[in-house]
Amino acid sequence: MSKGRYGKHGGQYIPETLMNEIHALEDAYEHYKNDPEFVAELDKLNREYAGRPSLLYYAEKMTKKLGGAKIYFKREDLNHTGSHKINNVLGQVLLAKKMGKTRVIAETGAGQHGVATATAAALLNMECEIYMGKEDTIRQALNVYRMELLGATVHPVETGTATLKDAVNACMQEWTARVDDTLYVLGSVMGPHPFPMIVRDFQSVISKEARAQILELEGRLPDVVMACVGGGSNAMGSFYEFINDKEVRLIGCEAAGHGVDTDKTAATMAVGTEGVFHGMKSYFCQDEYGQIAPVYSISAGLDYPGVGPEHAYLKDIGRAEYVPVTDEEAVQAFEYIAREEGIIAAIESSHAVAHLLKIAPEMDKDQIIICTLSGRGDKDVAAIARYRGIDLHE
Amino acid sequence: MSRIKNAFDKKKAFIGFLTAGDPTLDKTEEFVLEMERAGAALVELGIPFSDPIADGPVIQEANVRSLSAGCTTDKIFDMVASLRQKTEIPLVFLSYLNTLYKYGYDRFCKRCQESGIDGVIIPDLPFEEREELAPIASQYGIDVITMVAPTSKERIKNMVKDASGFIYVVSSMGVTGARSEITTDVGEIIDTIRSATDTPAAVGFGINTKQQAATYSAIADGVIVGSAIVKIIAQYGEDAAPKLYEYISEMVSGLAE
Repeated sequence: MSKGRYGKHGGQYIPETLMNEIHALEDAYEHYKNDPEFVAELDKLNREYAGRPSLLYYAEKMTKKLGGAKIYFKREDLNHTGSHKINNVLGQVLLAKKMGKTRVIAETGAGQHGVATATAAALLNMECEIYMGKEDTIRQALNVYRMELLGATVHPVETGTATLKDAVNACMQEWTARVDDTLYVLGSVMGPHPFPMIVRDFQSVISKEARAQILELEGRLPDVVMACVGGGSNAMGSFYEFINDKEVRLIGCEAAGHGVDTDKTAATMAVGTEGVFHGMKSYFCQDEYGQIAPVYSISAGLDYPGVGPEHAYLKDIGRAEYVPVTDEEAVQAFEYIAREEGIIAAIESSHAVAHLLKIAPEMDKDQIIICTLSGRGDKDVAAIARYRGIDLHE
Repeated sequence: MSRIKNAFDKKKAFIGFLTAGDPTLDKTEEFVLEMERAGAALVELGIPFSDPIADGPVIQEANVRSLSAGCTTDKIFDMVASLRQKTEIPLVFLSYLNTLYKYGYDRFCKRCQESGIDGVIIPDLPFEEREELAPIASQYGIDVITMVAPTSKERIKNMVKDASGFIYVVSSMGVTGARSEITTDVGEIIDTIRSATDTPAAVGFGINTKQQAATYSAIADGVIVGSAIVKIIAQYGEDAAPKLYEYISEMVSGLAE
């Protein structure tokens, strides 16, 4: 069995053409993660360019209104480029540069990872090509233009369901065609080893900070840490440093779309089964013959038929719980947090907020929730307006 | 002697690929027999998958046609069982791993044996992961075909030393599909393989002309043609059999002695 296992999940299920490159990436990462110069460079980028550490914000108004647990938001939406994705891409693009690559490729769903990758590529002088489902280029047209402004080429992917999974397929195909000068900058804690580990490590800055911040502010650990889960990178980053703190409940919020009892859903943990896809063993939405199911969510960033292997493992061992949240619940939460806290959160993050709205009132006043706001919601405003039947011209 | 060995027994092998169920499973059966009549020594049957990450547009579209027509793994096994009544041509599946995983490795391999499949080619099962499948497959006499890529280099010897059936030499980077020029030094790869094993090696990915068939059959034990065949099926649909015969006969006539 190969490396990169999380229980039975994970592994390296990719074409032979990529194996030497994947090993080279593993070796490079193992070397540079302990290289003081690399660590210092990345730390400087995180602080001076991305704006880290991100705030841990006490949402006093919501706390009082809901009348239960104290609510803190980990504000990844305030990072440069407006989401947690920058944490990972700065690390990976810097790593690509150290490996002597001159070109990066990346998939994107909502466009946040694409924008972040294009940003890091612009800063670090790399050629950049982004693959995005045709469907998503329509839902997130502004982000397409944003990436182009940053100097990236955006390829609309028209195969399959023309969404995130197809963009990942296209990236893997492109990487297979051209590995010498190119690194695939994967956007989530998924794909073949070492990607789930690399992305988790770069994203774990979220929980490293949050843990120190809450100890500073409250003198104790939180009772709940929660985040939205598509592939699962912001959730993995939010959970990681708390995994050994057994008293901290970890909750991942998946996109249920129209509901887990409909076929318009992307809630992999709720409806998925074990499988092997996109280089990893994990849970996937699929039929009895293993055909990957078309998934649906109002959120282009959670519209993915699988989940990272470490999440699958955390579910198996009962360390984390995963709950489905519908489109309607997420949109209501999107509107609620805007009204109550003056924060326009990404529709992805609003899935976590929606579940928070359910559990916070049930908890005691001396309990604490940390909910990660993975991104800001400016990109979603037009889509939410459409959802509410308002015709906006961007 | 296994059926796959027969394919390479006396002469260079022409290996043809088609996607099962494109346009229908009845037609797949007919096409395979026609390919054999035209001189194909082995046929690869693609099990359609929703997300064929190693395939180019031509085979991707064949997957869509087959799945839209309702093709499933179970129906393919039934077709193979019927086909096996009519021919002894070696048959191997080309399938992504999830199809086998979801079906259950043991159950899948058992049905391969019962229906008359001789081997499986799994593009997303690299050497590092093959142990989860190979011992089960071997119990049922199914060869898990080893794929060697242009980037394999120092990995080759270790990968091929216990290879069974044949070795699939991927001639080009990227996905399946016709190429006008193949830039990989296939000869060097074949030499490395031959220094480590007697298992025959066939070259695929990009081969579509008689000239390429001649060139690569001269250095390898066989050539594999997929997208060019699938393209004929895409164009002529249910009436593709005579066109397949014509194309494959021509390709076979180009094989080295």
